[in-house]
Amino acid sequence: MSPPPLAPPLIDVQDIYKSFNGFPVLKGVNLKIPEGTTTVILGGSGSGKTVLIKHIMGLFKPDRGQVIVDGENVSAMSRQELAVFRQRMGMVFQGAALFDSMTVADNVAFPLREHNPGLSEAEIQEKVKEKLAVVDLHGVEQKFPAELSGGMRKRVGLARAIVREPKIVLYDEPTTGLDPLTTESVDEMIIHARERLTVTSVVISHDVGSAFHIADRIAMLNEGRVVEEGTPVEVRNTKEPFTRQFLATWFGRT
Amino acid sequence: MAEQTTAGPKPPPQWLKPLERPIEVLGELSLFAGQSVAAIFRPPYRVGLLMVQLEFMAYGSMFVVGLTGLFTGMVLALQTVYAFGLFNAQSLVGATVEISLARELAPIFTCIVLVARVGSAAATELGTMRVTEQIDALETMAVDPLNYLVVPRIVSAAISAPILTMLFNAIALFGAYGIAVWVKDLSPGTFLNRIQYLVQVKDITNGLGKASVIGFVVTMIACYRGYRAEGGARGVGIATTQAVVGGLVAIFAIDYIYTAISLSGPQQPGGGLGG
Repeated sequence: MSPPPLAPPLIDVQDIYKSFNGFPVLKGVNLKIPEGTTTVILGGSGSGKTVLIKHIMGLFKPDRGQVIVDGENVSAMSRQELAVFRQRMGMVFQGAALFDSMTVADNVAFPLREHNPGLSEAEIQEKVKEKLAVVDLHGVEQKFPAELSGGMRKRVGLARAIVREPKIVLYDEPTTGLDPLTTESVDEMIIHARERLTVTSVVISHDVGSAFHIADRIAMLNEGRVVEEGTPVEVRNTKEPFTRQFLATWFGRT
Repeated sequence: MAEQTTAGPKPPPQWLKPLERPIEVLGELSLFAGQSVAAIFRPPYRVGLLMVQLEFMAYGSMFVVGLTGLFTGMVLALQTVYAFGLFNAQSLVGATVEISLARELAPIFTCIVLVARVGSAAATELGTMRVTEQIDALETMAVDPLNYLVVPRIVSAAISAPILTMLFNAIALFGAYGIAVWVKDLSPGTFLNRIQYLVQVKDITNGLGKASVIGFVVTMIACYRGYRAEGGARGVGIATTQAVVGGLVAIFAIDYIYTAISLSGPQQPGGGLGG
């Protein structure tokens, strides 16, 4: 069985290096993420996953190398260019990062009110309802984030990330710290988001089970380098020792 | 010491070691202040958020500032009546009290109230937003956090501080009048007359300008501390403590510098006692 031909990469990470206080975190990361796929970046704690995703978002600049997203060099952008660029992206944070001073509806409406001043209040409310329905939330518009469960907060976070219909959604450890049932529902949410909205998703995670559930492609990050990359089947059958060891923690038990 | 042959900047002398961190903080703060001031002039102009901050800072602080002012005026009158009584100069109590209030006490005490009420709130709120990634979220949604969070607070402080200082002035003078005239039996006419002749408008405007500058700077310090908080609840606690302590020290340091500069020009003699 041969892998399907790859579309040209939407995100192209080219040989990036990054150190903090002289301590190298990324040591030459190369990664191509094709358009319309869900790619999971797996790796242990301290492997540089979060640093990598923040490079894609342009929150960090690499010491060496570059990140090309949608044909543009993110690493060379100015503040203003980044602001324009980020309007095509959405990010779901580990702790959801909802604004706790606002209701759920205002949280989801926030990017619209900031960047689409032409929309009427009725149109905004309609879009908010629509996106909350995408993540299977109903009747929570007037609640505050503190009144929601962890899984619900993550779903509101996703609704906020997709409300302006970005091309790319980045997820920072979406299933960390959730119980198995909530993990399942977050996984479903990511799969649905891709199916219904045809976005390109990048998920960083150390949850092997969840990764194999949602991924079209998996990249394995270890000590600042991508050591293995491919479809779930390819990665499952890898000879690369670290990846085998990492996956054994999950597949060894089941 | 053989391994120290690699090229690089010379290590700073040992006696500089304890100064390293304060200098670093001062540098970071200056950079942060520069970026924030630049953000004031960059659209969008968030009038709504400014109004929310003005409501919290100015309207919300009125009661505390008024109460502080009342007691300050009262105690100042008591002390001045006592001290001036030693050389029979009670007729100057009103003017002395009002000059002290307008030039020093009103702006300084108002800013102390602002640091306690507003500085701590700003540091805690921004710090919590930082450690829960809400500031990162703003950035990923292409919203400049300085423009959204810091600008409304510093601008509001620069406006609120002089307004509250004026309120402090008025209520403190009322308190002083009450003590001097109703309790200590000074003549109301002398009390007010001397104020009219000896207190100049510039005494009051000088205090208001000082309040505006100090309010702006201490709120900037609080925002900086909150913005740079790290490490969860404990980090937010540390940021708040540093914001309040740093703010208090800054009040007195800026007070001295501002006063020294404003008194360095040619001085006109006061209004005089004559008719």
